[in-house]
Amino acid sequence: MNSLIITSFEQGLIFAILAMGVFITYKILDIADLSVEGTFPFGAFVFAKFISMGINPIVSTSIAFFCGTLAGLFTATLFTKLKIKPLLSGILTMTMLYSVNLKINGKSNIPLFSYNSIFDLGPNLIVLAIIVLSIKILLDEFLKTETGYLLITTGDNESLVKSLGENSNKYKIIGLMLANGLVALSGALMAQVQGFAEITMGNSIIVVALASIIIGDTIRKSSNKIKNTTRAILGAIIYKIIGGIAIDLGLNPNDLRAINAIIVIVFLSYNNFAADIVNLVKKKEGNKDVENNKLIKEI
Amino acid sequence: MLKIINLSKKFNINTDNEINIFQNFNLEIEENKCTAIIGSNGCGKSTLLNIIGGSILADKGQIVLNGHNIENLREEQRANHIGRVYQNPSMGVSPSLTILENMSLANKKGEKFTLRKLIRKNNIDRYIELLKDLDLGLENKLNTKVKFLSGGQRQSLSLVMAAMKHPDLLLLDEHTAALDPKTSNVIMQRTRELIKKYSMTTIMISHNMKDAIEYSDRIVMLDKGEILLDKPSINVTEKELIDIYREKLHNFA
Repeated sequence: MNSLIITSFEQGLIFAILAMGVFITYKILDIADLSVEGTFPFGAFVFAKFISMGINPIVSTSIAFFCGTLAGLFTATLFTKLKIKPLLSGILTMTMLYSVNLKINGKSNIPLFSYNSIFDLGPNLIVLAIIVLSIKILLDEFLKTETGYLLITTGDNESLVKSLGENSNKYKIIGLMLANGLVALSGALMAQVQGFAEITMGNSIIVVALASIIIGDTIRKSSNKIKNTTRAILGAIIYKIIGGIAIDLGLNPNDLRAINAIIVIVFLSYNNFAADIVNLVKKKEGNKDVENNKLIKEI
Repeated sequence: MLKIINLSKKFNINTDNEINIFQNFNLEIEENKCTAIIGSNGCGKSTLLNIIGGSILADKGQIVLNGHNIENLREEQRANHIGRVYQNPSMGVSPSLTILENMSLANKKGEKFTLRKLIRKNNIDRYIELLKDLDLGLENKLNTKVKFLSGGQRQSLSLVMAAMKHPDLLLLDEHTAALDPKTSNVIMQRTRELIKKYSMTTIMISHNMKDAIEYSDRIVMLDKGEILLDKPSINVTEKELIDIYREKLHNFA
């Protein structure tokens, strides 16, 4: 059980980076960017390519992040310049990346056990915690800058960005680049933890990211004090631990994707209807009070 | 100040629904004056404002602002000289940000957005002063998200944000149409005060004849892309305008 919790925690931290990336597109820019399903393995394959060329793991991981930003730039170009709908732009990039990923190393599965990894620096959990915390702090600080606020405003009200004298497409590009860079980084780290890069490792990853964000949103829902990045991180960790416990209890790993989707459905509907449910319960309680008062009066 | 020269604009070109909104349309807007543009739906007043603001491009013609032809500038480039308040109170603000964050964004209008922190404490006193002038108590709600404000409060904030950097030209696009009469009155009063305070040249679109006469210096009535009436507001009565509406205007229901 302990090792399962530790593995879930590790994976949760890796997915926290993914979730922070998807948070930028899904929550800030209000764009459903499906290209992350290609960017996640892309990061892993780029890392595999450079580490196998004898390049330092920190540099290889950084190159994976950089290449991820280029994938984001590609998607952003499709919808800002070529006016293709964002959803389709993401799907097109994802489809292209499938071939690109196979081309990078010429194989669909690359073992990485014999190479150095970023986790040679220390225990996995500590290295990951430092990376996740650094990204969280940098992202939070970035969102407090003039550029960061315009990124938020672009998703909130594009016409305000224009009336401030700025081109909103520029901020969509920044957001998409940053998001996909983080997703690729997450993929590169996953490859290093599991010891291989695999072409299918990105399948349904968007659901994992959304599940993390949505679970994060339900934590003390009305509190303004919890930052969205913190929510994404906690959501990813909780999500992975739920999944880990489910497998430990005997869930067939083949059923995991269905469970992923069900988790998203349950949390989304909870977020959508929580207020209604609370009101309904209050109403019923209220009715009971009225009935009780009537009874008391009658007595 | 603002000259619109030989403006032409068609919509749905080469289709059965082709509409010729403007053909060689000319209009001159005087400096530091508030010009109200009125007319029935479809007369071209919103199109005119969109063409001046840059969200719609003209087919032909020139838009000359302070001696410069701005026709080739993109919407966001024109925004450095033009402030705009829309009919929808949410259009001029960022609803998920606080009043302070919105004011700080408006304060950067026309400047380069960098990686410096947006919120600077030394500007807050100025924002409070500007909000106090509105007399809506918004200065006490700096950290309230704008989505929690009423339509009137949001529109007042939009107005302050649009006027904050004293644009050469202020465009008011039926900015009180979505508000109740009492709130609408308050916003019109505040609009007049701001226009006077910053000496802004203003173009105001309105369906409210009374407001148009009361708050503008000049009334321009459009019909099918042509000027039907152009008079100083002081020489116009509400009855006169309504009579013209009844007799001459197309599409008047």
